[in-house]
Amino acid sequence: MLHVSSMAVTIDRRRGGPVRPVREATLAVEPGRTLALVGESGCGKSMTCLAIGGLLPRRARISAGQVMFDGQDLAALPPEAAQQVRRRHIASVFQDATGGLNPVRTIGWQVAEAVRLRAGATRAEAAREAVRLLGRVGLPDPETRAREYPHQFSGGMNQRAMIALAVAGNPRLLIADEATTALDVTLQAQILDLIGDLRDSLGMAVLFVTHDLGLVAQSAEDVAVMYAGRVVETAPVADLFAAPRHPYTRGLLSALPRNAAPEARLATIDGVVPPIDELPAGCAFAPRCLQATDLCRATDPALERGLACHHGATSDPRKEEAPA
Amino acid sequence: MLWFLTKTLRAVITMWLVVTFVFFVLRLSGDPTMMLLPDDIDEATRDFYRRLWGLDRPIMVQYWSYLGALLQGDFGISFRNNLDAFGLVWDRVPKTALLTGTALLISLAIGIPLGIVAAFYRDSWLDRGVMAVSVFGFSMPNFFLGILLILVFSLNLRVLPSSGSGTWAHLIMPAATLGVSFAAQFARYTRSSMIDVLNKSYMRTARSKGAGPVRRVNLHALPNAAIPVVTILGFKVGELLGGAVITETVFAWPGIGRLLTNSVAARDLAVVQCIMILLALTMVLANTITDLAYGWLDPRVRVGAKAGAR
Repeated sequence: MLHVSSMAVTIDRRRGGPVRPVREATLAVEPGRTLALVGESGCGKSMTCLAIGGLLPRRARISAGQVMFDGQDLAALPPEAAQQVRRRHIASVFQDATGGLNPVRTIGWQVAEAVRLRAGATRAEAAREAVRLLGRVGLPDPETRAREYPHQFSGGMNQRAMIALAVAGNPRLLIADEATTALDVTLQAQILDLIGDLRDSLGMAVLFVTHDLGLVAQSAEDVAVMYAGRVVETAPVADLFAAPRHPYTRGLLSALPRNAAPEARLATIDGVVPPIDELPAGCAFAPRCLQATDLCRATDPALERGLACHHGATSDPRKEEAPA
Repeated sequence: MLWFLTKTLRAVITMWLVVTFVFFVLRLSGDPTMMLLPDDIDEATRDFYRRLWGLDRPIMVQYWSYLGALLQGDFGISFRNNLDAFGLVWDRVPKTALLTGTALLISLAIGIPLGIVAAFYRDSWLDRGVMAVSVFGFSMPNFFLGILLILVFSLNLRVLPSSGSGTWAHLIMPAATLGVSFAAQFARYTRSSMIDVLNKSYMRTARSKGAGPVRRVNLHALPNAAIPVVTILGFKVGELLGGAVITETVFAWPGIGRLLTNSVAARDLAVVQCIMILLALTMVLANTITDLAYGWLDPRVRVGAKAGAR
């Protein structure tokens, strides 16, 4: 349903010329399935989401590639028409739910507004629907809670309210950008369950963004790994965990605590993510990659069969251990 | 209820401090008989007036008798024309209320929309233009702007009267003089408050719902941006009254401000004290109204977090 191919996002800075936080994002999500988009902070995950959701900040724009949604290219449609499609079918949930809700409006008002804008209901219908949705996302006593304000809610309750607001009017794609990151572990599991439950009952596609690989296994069917503005590997979750192909993915997996031997130091990937305006010439991961060759340093590999790495065909991941 | 009592008590203490301060400072500033009576008058006549006005008594005795009279609603007698001081002042209240009220309305009606537009199109030429005009607006002193307007519209163009208060045409220049700097300030406050709010993540949520720009500004941003602006509005009432004193003098507008200047110059103690008390009372009221408006605008003040919610 959503097929993003080679999308780039450019920010025209007021000083210092344009930068591209997203250089090549290629991913696909289907109804009833969840795609996890993983990567370190600053790798372009959020920009990718904002671009798909039509929420890019000022001066930022989709500068290349396609965002196909149900056969329509949102990047090529006139802005008005693209916004129309997004308003009707694409919803987003962000990390900071409490900050994401308007402090001077009641929870009920905010959810009802989403119902009205997305589904075009009357005021009374929308208010009833808002209460139903708040109950659906697991808020106790939704009737009363709808009349309260965000500051009267806990963080977890606000995230539930945000989800109610997002699924109002049955969108077909839900983008959850670090939606559970700010919550404690038990709440995190509850919110993940809720999103999965809603996805199944509403038949939504979910794009789940996280920097936490641990969450990926329990919440998604497919994974896309992003590094320095590029999707470098996409695979079904099971395959990715069993046989990571990109050296960066392998590094990420070996850095997970549960993969480390007891008492051993956690593995890390040496070096840092290069800033987006100082990317090396070839593969952006080459400076940190133990397998890097002259070819890697000279040309950026294209994404082929779910992998953007020059070693794709030759290296067998099971033979090589990630750097410890 | 407790809130109301605390507020009232605080207001009473404020008023008492103002009365006391004004009372002593005015008496320390010199002998009213020197200002009010002709220079060549003999000392016996002077003494007669001092006794008549009660100025011969020890200052503390004067103070207590003034306070006592005040509590019964007696503000004393004007030395200049033997009329009840409160009556004199009260007659001028409508004129000053008209002038400051009009100026405030003008400044809000101009300043707030300009601030909103500047914030929404920030860093554009429109924003820069509005901000440049606003710097000009609030750095121009009241008296100077007033005189400038008189020069242009009364002397050169001869379209507006330069003094008095008989018709609506008389109101235009004084209200504009007083309003311009406030319009400029409100534009700035509104702009910065709006920019702050527009960057909040709930504005992105509004966008993600598909709310258009007008809806986002009016229903999502403004109710939040209004909170700090209203707070400032309360403080500005004092400045507005201060500005009125100057503006009324420049345009010979027969309000409290001009009465105050004249009475201070003549050491007409009862009248000056009465005006000061009224001004202080206005300030206290304005601050109370601000507090109430604040609670009304901000649910975080109105409804505290419930014990159940973490």
